[in-house]
Amino acid sequence: MSAQTDTLPQSPPAPLAKSDGADRLRIVPARRTGQWTAAVAVLALLALVLNSVIRNDAFQWDVVADYFTTAAVLRGLGLTLWLTALVMVLGFALGTLLAVLRLSANRVLRSVGWGYVWLFRSTPILVQLLFWFNIGALYPQILGVRTVNLLGPVTVAVIGLTLHEAAYAAEVVRGGILSVERGQIEAAQSLGLGPWRRFHRIVLPQAMRSIVPPAGNMLIGTLKGTSIVSIIAVQDLLYSVQLVYHRTYQVIPLLLVATIWYAVVTSLLSIVQHYVERHYARGTAGAR
Amino acid sequence: MSTTTGTTDAMVEIRSVHKSFGSVEVLRGIDLSVRTGEVTVVLGPSGSGKSTLLRTINHLEKVDRGWISVDGTLVGYRRDGDKLYELPEREVLRRRTRIGFVFQNFNLFPHLTVLENLVEAPVAALGRPKKEAVAAAEKLLARVGLADRATAYSRQLSGGQQQRVAIARALALEPKLLLFDEPTSALDPELVGEVLDVIKDLALQGTTMIVVTHEIGFAREVADTVVFMDEGRIVEQGAPGDVLDRPAHERTRAFLSKVL
Ligand SMILES: Nc1ncnc2c1ncn2[C@@H]1O[C@H](COP(=O)(O)OP(=O)(O)O)[C@@H](O)[C@H]1O
Ligand SMILES: [Mg+2]
Repeated sequence: MSAQTDTLPQSPPAPLAKSDGADRLRIVPARRTGQWTAAVAVLALLALVLNSVIRNDAFQWDVVADYFTTAAVLRGLGLTLWLTALVMVLGFALGTLLAVLRLSANRVLRSVGWGYVWLFRSTPILVQLLFWFNIGALYPQILGVRTVNLLGPVTVAVIGLTLHEAAYAAEVVRGGILSVERGQIEAAQSLGLGPWRRFHRIVLPQAMRSIVPPAGNMLIGTLKGTSIVSIIAVQDLLYSVQLVYHRTYQVIPLLLVATIWYAVVTSLLSIVQHYVERHYARGTAGAR
Repeated sequence: MSTTTGTTDAMVEIRSVHKSFGSVEVLRGIDLSVRTGEVTVVLGPSGSGKSTLLRTINHLEKVDRGWISVDGTLVGYRRDGDKLYELPEREVLRRRTRIGFVFQNFNLFPHLTVLENLVEAPVAALGRPKKEAVAAAEKLLARVGLADRATAYSRQLSGGQQQRVAIARALALEPKLLLFDEPTSALDPELVGEVLDVIKDLALQGTTMIVVTHEIGFAREVADTVVFMDEGRIVEQGAPGDVLDRPAHERTRAFLSKVL
């Protein structure tokens, strides 16, 4: 076989000229020696790292196992999950409204949408969160109620994260809407469909195809990003493990508990994202 | 033949319509009447304003001056004395359902099945019961020869099939008037015939239509009136035999010599 590969290039006309030879010829893929060497090297390196992680007692895997499913940690995880879900839903609802504003024919509405996105994207979320947390300094009373009583840390977390999320969601939704062909809207108009029907039945489902991938990334980002609320003492996943290690000083294993939970949930979300993307690819070349 | 208004047998009346995009005047005073049950074919070089004219008829474009009535009512306006007030969108949409529009690029909704494409407007715009709309849609699909493709998505269809679905979709609203904007221009040559056959069939059944097309053979065979447009004006109009075989204007002759 190797003799054949060697001789072929030297006498190309021979097998090509005769059709009877074409059936007998076998295609031998080139050897990718370099790639394989690299793969082995990477595997070896990985084994080294893994070995050090498992054998290093400082990781305290037994402590990780002990705390992984304790009530406090699970409560923190629960809060992280529903906070993420709430912020995503509210953020995208507000973001969709902002996207529609930004695409409005009215200049004032357009400017308002633009201004919002500009403001909330050009300041760090940490600063925004601290700002809302201290809003009582600006407005000690809201509707006759003391602001501190009205806006607990969790409410502040929801508001702060949602307003920030909405600015990014607005851009994602706007891009999605713009990706829908103009002719689709004209066809819907010529069929007498009203603005709301055109939007939610014709435009939005088609926009979804370009909205879902970045929205999926945002969801995963938001899940991890909610950990910032630990700064205002909201008992999310991160803050819950922090409470434990402030008591026990087992910082690394408890951070590992949080890390593993974050990784598990984001992995699950990635799988869901895959199926959602497939759903919205209906009627397009990517569908099956 | 008489119409419900009883004043005229014109389905479409267009009176001194002007339309500009920015500083470019695209329609420069169009006057045209289309009688009920007749087929009007509009010819003209690219950029002469044919699409814009069709789009002003169902108010996808607003006119700057003049007016257009379909079946005795203004499409986008309400007349009070010598003023035309633009109607709220809801009212425009309602009036538009009496006008079917078939686009050059079909514009089928790709995320809906063929059947859903046909059922959407009767249910959402006219408030028909879903069951009734489905039954009507199935009949229409049979009429355009696509009864077996009801559950397909548009990308699974050939261009000719897509355009036939688009025609059926327009018919689902039982419009009084059908507008076609170059319905076969986006099709491979071998698929043109099947679409023209459907349109011919509609013509035989007395559907009032305005068809923008470059298919001279179709115009000769089907049109009651042929209109030739150039640079935003109607240069001449008349029976196909006259306009196509004995054009009165040099510009018509020049155009015909190019497309024939
Ligand atoms: N929405 C628009 N904005 C600006 N110019 C337009 C628009 N639509 C059409 N036009 C211009 O108007 C002219 C007539 O266009 P159209 O009615 O599409 O001609 P036709 O259908 O005869 O080819 C062209 O010069 C075109 O570029
Ligand atoms: Mg055109």
